[in-house]
Amino acid sequence: MADLTDAPAIDPANWTCPAPLRDQGVVVMGHGGGGALSAELIDQVFAPAYGNPTLAGLADSAVLELGGARLAFSTDSYVVRPLFFPGGCLGDLAVNGTVNDLAMSGARPAYLSTAFVLEEGVELTVVDRVARALGAAARAADVTVATGDTKVVESGHGDGVYVTTAGVGLVPDGVDIRPQRARPGDAVLVSGPIGLHGVAVMSVREGLEFGVEIASDTAPLAGLVTAMLAVTKDVHVLRDPTRGGLGASLNEIARASGTGVRITERAVPVPDEVANACGFLGLDPLYVANEGRLVAFVPREHADAVLAAMRAHPQGAGAALIGECVAEHPGMVTVATGLGGTRVLDLPLGEQLPRIC
Amino acid sequence: MKYIDEFNDPALARRLLDEIRATVTRPWALMEVCGGQTHSIIRHGIDQLLPEEVELIHGPGCPVCVTPLDVIDKALAVAARPDVIFCSFGDMLRVPGTDRDLFRVKGEGGDVRVVYSPLDALELARKHPEKQVVFFAIGFETTAPANAMAVHQARRLGLDNFSLLVSHVRVPPAVEAIMTAPGCRVQGFLAAGHVCSVMGTAEYPELAERFRVPMVVTGFEPLDILEGIRRAVHQLERGEHRVENAYPRAVREEGNPAALRMIEDVFEVTDRNWRGIGPIPASGWRLAEAYRAYDAEHRFDVTGIRTEEPAVCRAGEVLQGLIKPTECEAFGTACTPRTPLGATMVSSEGACAAYYLYRRMEGGPAPRGSRVPRKEMNPVG
Amino acid sequence: MCLAVPGKVVAIDEGADPLTGLVDFGGVRKQACLEYLPDVRVGEYVIVHVGFALQKLDEESARASLELFEQLGLLEEEFGDAWEQAERQGSGSENR
Repeated sequence: MADLTDAPAIDPANWTCPAPLRDQGVVVMGHGGGGALSAELIDQVFAPAYGNPTLAGLADSAVLELGGARLAFSTDSYVVRPLFFPGGCLGDLAVNGTVNDLAMSGARPAYLSTAFVLEEGVELTVVDRVARALGAAARAADVTVATGDTKVVESGHGDGVYVTTAGVGLVPDGVDIRPQRARPGDAVLVSGPIGLHGVAVMSVREGLEFGVEIASDTAPLAGLVTAMLAVTKDVHVLRDPTRGGLGASLNEIARASGTGVRITERAVPVPDEVANACGFLGLDPLYVANEGRLVAFVPREHADAVLAAMRAHPQGAGAALIGECVAEHPGMVTVATGLGGTRVLDLPLGEQLPRIC
Repeated sequence: MKYIDEFNDPALARRLLDEIRATVTRPWALMEVCGGQTHSIIRHGIDQLLPEEVELIHGPGCPVCVTPLDVIDKALAVAARPDVIFCSFGDMLRVPGTDRDLFRVKGEGGDVRVVYSPLDALELARKHPEKQVVFFAIGFETTAPANAMAVHQARRLGLDNFSLLVSHVRVPPAVEAIMTAPGCRVQGFLAAGHVCSVMGTAEYPELAERFRVPMVVTGFEPLDILEGIRRAVHQLERGEHRVENAYPRAVREEGNPAALRMIEDVFEVTDRNWRGIGPIPASGWRLAEAYRAYDAEHRFDVTGIRTEEPAVCRAGEVLQGLIKPTECEAFGTACTPRTPLGATMVSSEGACAAYYLYRRMEGGPAPRGSRVPRKEMNPVG
Repeated sequence: MCLAVPGKVVAIDEGADPLTGLVDFGGVRKQACLEYLPDVRVGEYVIVHVGFALQKLDEESARASLELFEQLGLLEEEFGDAWEQAERQGSGSENR
């Protein structure tokens, strides 16, 4: 990692990838899509502005030495439309998203903060429902909401309710989980069927509505991680494939570690409803968001035991071995197709768009 | 899902591949016309499984890619108007105009909405009588019945706040343009199955005869594509050039008569400029006289737009199959799916995007993109 | 061009104008315009593009295609050798 503090000031005429900046110059929805545009925003704006070695890890959560303890620390903002969707709501996401980011460092989440941004005119019953869901999700994840804040913006300046949460947790001794630790030979595991959250939310999004009997997978994953670490502390990488889906997470890991990743398409658990919804919208399930899944890179010799431990846990019942980490094509993810061909699974640009073509 | 799973069977795919291998004796260049087929070929890795004698040239059949720059610029101008709700299929939002795209217009306050169907846009017009609702009616023949129905209903219901920005294109004139281009290498076509679901196959025998090329109506699942290739190669090896239907479950010779009647009523043939290719006579549809009042180009003053395509881009030659994307000077450097200088790169299934990814996989030079930003700052590490 | 997917018509709203029905895409249900297939019945499969059913799927043709694919290998296995045999026999008879 280069020294971020030396990064030159932003020169809009000289981005390494000139066309988008020259063309965009403003924030577009894709900057929040968890793909290449998001990464670019971090690289070009936030990292140079904050530059320090702690931030340089850019994992789901930062691991900090403080008073002799190792703390995992993470924050995330939650904006979802609609606020309520099959299987959950904004309140569930605001807890599970942040505790999962902590768990992806191997931490046991302990405390959360919440900050609500409320839009003038939103019904209090809506705020109440979100808050209650948040409280229930915190109890289920065994974390305490320790502090909070509320702000109100004028009508028309927000989507009803936005929530930001931050969380801290303790990382057990001997645990070092971060994307840079992926090694050729690692087995790549996923904790269950993918794409459920993204499809559930899309199914109730205005203008796109479709009927499907699936629910978001939103769930806290710290318990599952504990069960995995009970098998071996030498878990190399954990990532929860939220925005950008499995495809974005695997690309981030490949790039961070300088390794290649190969997955087998038929080994990836994709529910029929997810596959079929993606089919008629022209989306790729590998890029659809999850909120209660993790992808793990573990040394090959521990793979069977870790997989068994995952399957024995309720959050990992559908866990599967989907591929391996390789020395070839560093920084890239390839997929062995069902027919025996290969395709490249690239980092998505921004959010996926329904296609006609 | 019935009609999908059976046509993805790997064992049958091997049989088709074996048969193609057993049939082919020399190199053949086939063009799959349709972007959807290109997508399927890339997605399943079909091109890598074919014998090396069979070359697939990716055709111009992505309506998103070929929508002309001036129409995109008109769309951007209309979408930026405060009185307009601009509705589009999702994949049009990233297509660059001269200096911006629909995402940028949305980011600057334009009311740009992704809809699944043109009827969703019509519904918005009904809900928002105070707004002008404009639908970006792009597409090949497949999409024409849907777009035609939307404007037909608007007229019937008196929804005067609804209009279409039309950029419809037709396959047969494009085939003719490809075959008459100097240096054309195409020896056979996989015709686009869903276009033929609507149009039938009546337009193709004349083209097959005139250019002496097999034209095989082909579906979109892996077995469909392999069957299209198998039949085209079979014809070529025998020196034949017929129209064959390899997608009979969804294509009838007569097409869809009700849809054809609607297209006839709503649209009329016009010359159309194809992005990256140029003007092709009689290759498009525009709204017929009776529907002219619903034409967004007439409703909004969007004349006087100056358009400029980046000079380095050779998307046109890629779309016509004259060069491979790797032969383009900008390929893998400035022209990536992220920094689309030309139309082919925009769609994730565009010819350039596919080659770009494969070249990376084969260990070619890393593209100069901000994914490998200056000072080698990795996005996540 | 033209992402279109097969689905099964599970309900038809005869009163709707244009004619509309509910189409099931393997557990995913979405309204589609059926106006271009006026004689479509519940239970039939159609191919849908941007919310419009464009053509009925013909089960017989689908089965025939798959049977053809099945036979491709078999034809080779069964007749490939037989043809070679016939060729040999033919040339043999000439020699004779």
